[in-house]
Amino acid sequence: MNASEFPTPPLPTPPLPTNDASIRQALVAVQGVSLSFGGNTVLSNVDLNVRSGEIYSIIGPNGAGKTSLLNCINGFYKPTAGRISFDDKDMSRLSVSRLARMGVARTFQNLALFRDLSTIDNLLLGRNLMMKTSFAQAAWYWGATRNEELNHRAAVEETVHLLQLAGVRDATVGRLSYGTQKRIEFGRALASRPKLILLDEPMAGMTQVEKSEMSAFIRTANKLLDVTVILIEHDVGIIMDLSDRIAVLDRGVKIAEGSPRQISTDESVIAAYLGTDH
Amino acid sequence: MLYRIARRLPSSHSDSLRIIARKEDRAIALVAGLFILLVVPAIAGDYVLSALLIPFLILSIAAIGLNLVMGYAGQASLGTGGFMAVGAYTSYKLATNIPEIPIVLDFFLGGLAAALAGILFGLPSLRLKAFYLAISTLAFQFFAEWLFSKVSWFWNDNASGVVSIPAFDVLGITIEGPRQSYYLVCAIVAIMTLAAVNLMRSHVGRRWMAIRDNETAARLMGISVPAAKLQAFAISSFYCGVAGALWSFVYLKTLGVSSYSIDISFKIIFMIVIGGMGTILGSFIGAAFVLLMPVVLNAVTVALSLPIDTGSVSSLEQIFFGVLVIYFVLVEPRGIMHLLGKLHKKLVSWPLNIGR
Ligand SMILES: Nc1ncnc2c1ncn2[C@@H]1O[C@H](COP(=O)(O)OP(=O)(O)OP(=O)(O)O)[C@@H](O)[C@H]1O
Ligand SMILES: [Mg+2]
Repeated sequence: MNASEFPTPPLPTPPLPTNDASIRQALVAVQGVSLSFGGNTVLSNVDLNVRSGEIYSIIGPNGAGKTSLLNCINGFYKPTAGRISFDDKDMSRLSVSRLARMGVARTFQNLALFRDLSTIDNLLLGRNLMMKTSFAQAAWYWGATRNEELNHRAAVEETVHLLQLAGVRDATVGRLSYGTQKRIEFGRALASRPKLILLDEPMAGMTQVEKSEMSAFIRTANKLLDVTVILIEHDVGIIMDLSDRIAVLDRGVKIAEGSPRQISTDESVIAAYLGTDH
Repeated sequence: MLYRIARRLPSSHSDSLRIIARKEDRAIALVAGLFILLVVPAIAGDYVLSALLIPFLILSIAAIGLNLVMGYAGQASLGTGGFMAVGAYTSYKLATNIPEIPIVLDFFLGGLAAALAGILFGLPSLRLKAFYLAISTLAFQFFAEWLFSKVSWFWNDNASGVVSIPAFDVLGITIEGPRQSYYLVCAIVAIMTLAAVNLMRSHVGRRWMAIRDNETAARLMGISVPAAKLQAFAISSFYCGVAGALWSFVYLKTLGVSSYSIDISFKIIFMIVIGGMGTILGSFIGAAFVLLMPVVLNAVTVALSLPIDTGSVSSLEQIFFGVLVIYFVLVEPRGIMHLLGKLHKKLVSWPLNIGR
C-alpha cells in the first residue's frame, strides 16, 4: 500500500506559542475525589489541576488507582465523594457519551479497538459524534451521507498521516502488531479532535523504538493540535522527558505533584515509587 | 484478461467509497444483473422459477435481515421465523380487511409491524449476552407460533388454520404466473439490498459493528449502545417481516403458522453462517447454498440410482447440513464469502503471485 496514492492533507498550522502552560487556566479540576468499591478504598481525597495545553502525567505503583482515576474523569466510574470539573463545568455525574461530546477522549491500558474493522473504520468511529445525517439519508446514501463520509475520510486522513498509519490503512486492526494497535487507538482518540485526551499506558509492551516514536506522536498532538494530555506511564525515563507536570499516586493517595525535576528529587516519591521494583 | 491490470488501488476517497471497488468487478456485477433480469426469466422453466428462484430471493431478504442484527450488530437471534410470521399475518389482515391499500405497501407495513416486535423483543439484548439472548429470542419464536396458531382473528376466523391467499395485483398487473412473481420479488429484493448495503457502509452500520466488536469502546465513541441495538433489531425484523409476507403471498400462496416455525429460523441461521456473517452478498450465497443443496443431493441420488428412499435423502440432507455448519463454525467462521475473498485476492494480484 502506498501512501502517496491518497492526497496528503496539509497539517494544521500550530497555534500561537502559548507553551507556558502555567499561565493557562485549569482544564480539569479534580477536587477531593474518593472512590471505593464495597469496603475497598481505591482513591481517597485526590486533588489535581490539569492546565489547558499541558502534558500531565500520573505515576504510581501497580494498583495505586491511576486507571480508576481516569475512569472517574471520563465517566466510567462515579466518584463516591468529591467533584470533577472540566472547563469549569461539574462533570462528575455525566455519562461517558456526554463527556465524549464535551471533548474528552481516551485510550485503554488493555486495547479497546474494534478488532474486526479496518484502521480507517476505527478512526472514522472516532468521529462518530460528528456524523449527523439521518437514517433515511444513510439508506439512500448518495448526497448528504456520501458527502459526510468524504469529508470525514479527508479529516481522518490527516490523522493517518500524522501517526504514519498509511501502510495499515485498510488492514483489519485485530491482526496488526500490538504497537501498531496502540498507535491506532491513539489515532482514534485524536480523530475526534478532543480537547482532553486520557492515555492509559500508551507505550506498555512496546519496543524502545516504538516507545520513542509514540512519545514523539504524543508531543506532536499536544503541540500541533493543542490537545491537553493526561498520561499514565510506567517508564520513568519517558515520563520525565515528556511531562510538563507529574502527580504521584500511592494506594489511592496523591503523595506528590510537580515538575519532573521536583518529582525526581522528592523523597516520599523515591520511597514509595522509584524505590519499589517493578 | 479480465483482471489484466493487477493490483490497481483506489486513487481517491470517492473511489474508495464505491460499493464495488474494482472496475472489473463492476462489469461482472452489471452483466450478472442483466442476466438475472433478462436471460433467467427467458430460459428458466416455471418449476425453476417458482420452486427455486423465488424462494431463494425471498429467503435472501430474511437472511440479510438476520445478518444485519447477528452478523453486523453481533446480537444473536433465533426468532427469525417469528418475525416473518408477524410480517405475514399483518399483511394478510391488511390485505383482506383494507383492500384499498396497495399490496406492496401491505408487505412493507407487515415489515413495520415486525420491526415493532423486534424492538419489543430486542429489549432483553440490553441486558443479556450471547447465549441468554439467543434463548430469549427463542422464547419469542415460540410465543409467535403460539399466538398465530391460537388466535383465529389473525386468519379471519377461518375454519382451517391454513388459509389461501387471494389473488392480488401490483400497478394494475395481476400477479399470477411465475414470471410476474419473479419480477415483483426481484424489484423488492433490489431495493432492500441496496438500502442494506448503503446503511452498512454509512455511520449506521459502523455503529452496529462497533457495538459488536467492543461495547465499552463504542460508548466511548458517544454511541448510545441501547439505541443502536434496538435499531438493529428493528431494521433486521423489518427485513424478516417483509420476507415473511412475500413467503406467503408470492411463494406459498397460503398462510399457515407451520411455515414460520423454528425450522425456518435455523435454516436462515445456516444461510448466514455458511454464506458469511457480516456480509450482504454472503446472505445471498448462503441462501442459494442452503436451498440448492437438497436439490443437488436429490439429483445425485437419482443420477447414481442409489437405493435410497426420499425419507432417507431428507435425513441425509440433515446430516450434511450439520457437518457443514460445524465445519464453517469451527474452520471457516467467516463463511463462503471469506473463501471467495481469498480467491478474489489471488485473481487480482495475478500474475504477480505466481510461484508464491
Ligand atoms: N470496578 C472495580 N471493582 C472493584 N475494584 C476495583 C475496580 N476497579 C479498580 N478496582 C481496584 O482498585 C485498585 C486500583 O486499580 P487501578 O486499576 O486503578 O490501578 P492502577 O494504578 O491503574 O494499576 P496498574 O498500574 O496495575 O494499571 C485495585 O486494587 C483494583 O482492584
Ligand atoms: Mg492501570
